[in-house]
Amino acid sequence: MSKADLDKLVAQFPSAIVSTHSKCGDDTAVIRSENLLDVMRWLKGSLGFDFLVDLTAVDYLGRDPRFEVVYHLRSMQSGSRLRVKVQVACVEDGPNPTVDSVVAIWPAANWQEREVWDMFGIKFAGHPDLRRVLMYEEFIGHPLRKDYPKEKRQPLIRRDYSME
Amino acid sequence: MAHSPPSNSGQAARTGTSTGPQKMVFGMPTPDEIVSGAARELRSRPQFPPGFGEGQDADDDAPLPTEPMTINMGPSHPAMHGTVRIILTVDGETVKEADVQVGYLHRCFEKEAEYATYTQVFPYTDRLNYVSPLLNNVGFAMAAEKLLGISDKIPERAQFIRVIVGEISRITDHLTCVGASGMEVGAFTPFLWMIKCREWLWELLEELTGARLTHSYVRIGGVAADLTDNFSARLREVLAKCREAMVDVEKLIVKNRIFRDRMDGVAVISAEEAIAYGWTGPCLRSTGVPYDVRKDHPYLVYDRFDFDVPVGSTGDNYDRFAVRMEEIRQSMRILEQAMEQIPAGPFKLDDPRISMPPKSQVYNTIEGMIGHFKQIVDGVKIPPSEAYSYTEGGNGELGFYLVSDGTGRPYRCHVRAPCFILMQSVPKLIIGSGVADIIPTFGMINMIGGECDR
Amino acid sequence: MAENYTTTLESALNWARKYSLFSYPFVTACCGMEYMATAASKYDIARFGAEFPRFSPRQADLLFVVGTITEKQAPALHRIWVQMAEPKYVVAFGVCASTGGFYQNYNTVPGCDQIVPVDVYIPGCPPRPEQVLDGLILLQKKIQDGTTWVQRRDRGEKHGGEWVTPRARQPGHLPIIS
Repeated sequence: MSKADLDKLVAQFPSAIVSTHSKCGDDTAVIRSENLLDVMRWLKGSLGFDFLVDLTAVDYLGRDPRFEVVYHLRSMQSGSRLRVKVQVACVEDGPNPTVDSVVAIWPAANWQEREVWDMFGIKFAGHPDLRRVLMYEEFIGHPLRKDYPKEKRQPLIRRDYSME
Repeated sequence: MAHSPPSNSGQAARTGTSTGPQKMVFGMPTPDEIVSGAARELRSRPQFPPGFGEGQDADDDAPLPTEPMTINMGPSHPAMHGTVRIILTVDGETVKEADVQVGYLHRCFEKEAEYATYTQVFPYTDRLNYVSPLLNNVGFAMAAEKLLGISDKIPERAQFIRVIVGEISRITDHLTCVGASGMEVGAFTPFLWMIKCREWLWELLEELTGARLTHSYVRIGGVAADLTDNFSARLREVLAKCREAMVDVEKLIVKNRIFRDRMDGVAVISAEEAIAYGWTGPCLRSTGVPYDVRKDHPYLVYDRFDFDVPVGSTGDNYDRFAVRMEEIRQSMRILEQAMEQIPAGPFKLDDPRISMPPKSQVYNTIEGMIGHFKQIVDGVKIPPSEAYSYTEGGNGELGFYLVSDGTGRPYRCHVRAPCFILMQSVPKLIIGSGVADIIPTFGMINMIGGECDR
Repeated sequence: MAENYTTTLESALNWARKYSLFSYPFVTACCGMEYMATAASKYDIARFGAEFPRFSPRQADLLFVVGTITEKQAPALHRIWVQMAEPKYVVAFGVCASTGGFYQNYNTVPGCDQIVPVDVYIPGCPPRPEQVLDGLILLQKKIQDGTTWVQRRDRGEKHGGEWVTPRARQPGHLPIIS
């Protein structure tokens, strides 16, 4: 049933689809970022994907486009699941990569988009309150990017041992 | 010392402002009036400052002027569930705005997972939802097996064992949630009884896995060790005792006026809003939506068991509590059926690329030793792919999105944390209610810091 | 060789203090579950006099740092410790609070002794309640002998001379520790 939904998506938006696959049993569609909002609205409105399960991103360092924002959707009526991916390019030392926000479609995306901004530095246009959620505001950098070292700490406070 | 006529000072101290309607009920008599005996008359008559009540609304019910106050709650607070900071703007006792800030336990699970082999990630998954660690273990193992494509090759005994330990973990999760929430609204005895039940279950799991809380028992391809010989008998004993304790707890709090007043009708959410906000698990089921991953997308051997999914009606705190209590009973049903139906057989998939060879081979054969070495150093090599696998965690749909790149370490491991998504709608639940309603709401959402912040 | 640093009056005071510890459980993570188990009826911590958790630092004298301390949480921990009235003792409960545990990443403080001075470290992930009680008994012994951080600082020993300098909370002014 998810495969049927995937086929309907491909039929409805043939120009927006970059590729599809069903590896490991998950039906996936990679779409272009400019068509994101149209596709998402159609998926919610016509195909009944009213539940946004998960919103995350992956950093494929060394590949262009570098980031992929991944949406997992579910239809509460039929139980079918779909994964939609959007590839986002990132310019070195340039402005943050930007994607349209789906908060207006699924309010569940609010904090998940904030987390993607926090961890990867991908901005969401139209998000009501895009600020860091897991890290503190003074933190510089986006930790889940592959070029952020795992142990690079930016401490807010430390003990002063100079008196010993 | 002359006593001036009643001034604004008392009224200003009461409201914090110096403007507003003058309200003074009794005035202090001057010393002359005391001496002259007129004080007795004065005391019986209210004294008003001159000009009072003229041209003003002398209505006693007019509200005093107030300003909203910003209070910080957390990040260290008595609610035992997790470390979270809520910046509240309150008007009197009513919450006007709430800014929930999480991340105080962000231990970088996703970054650590990229540097650890698949088997080394299991201890990190224990510490995600640390009250039901085996459910996280099972979720991650299933994600890795989905990537490998061996989900249907896991031995049946291993699947039954995963279901059994998973359901025990779910019971401990709900026991802790109900007990701690009860304690937060003042019911300390049920807390002690639920912790007592939890101790029995932890002792059982300690016999089986070696640890009380952070078991790391599940492996890719099965589980780490077989069930102990007397596991079935001990489990039956423990479940019988837990059932009695639960009856006792219900006698104490279900009809208790204080508990019901604090939980009934508090933090109500409708089913449509809950779905829009991404709710899953007992919280979603309390609004009336019967979505349970074990029933809707059966995994492991859940389709062989006969159990019900408790569903609430109003979506308030009491429904969440009741759904959790009933889920404990349904988990016990599953456990009894699982212990009857469990077959004999291997507890781990016997594939040298995936599971470690038994120690007798490691120490006696060269293949075993090399296999062991490669497993530890390189890990389970999974060909490049991506998979999202979902199970029913203690709080809802616990999903693991794994991307592999051909090495033995995940390229990306993302956890779909159910209570992270629940927490984003907490402002919606508490705005408009009193400050005291935050505590039972927060308790019944069951936010576990390790899972929310990962 | 344990020298007896305390006078008779101090011995009596220390005896009273050690058997009436009011703990502030600064609970963050999984060790909180073992703290609950230690405080509950099976591994009763009340037998040792340390029953009441006082959820205000002003009313507590023992800071139980339970669980992982992250960089985001650290200023709050320091503030709570500063707000406690003396004499105050700190117990690092669990391996994350002692040394950072097996978390070595950008948000985990490698041990709460980077933030507050610690008297007793209780290792374990999470420590069994018996280990916690062992640590508590060790703390009680230290209080009686006068070898806790506050007591050594009051005697002017060099070990007790440190204090904390909070760094300015402005972006770009944070030191980078790799």
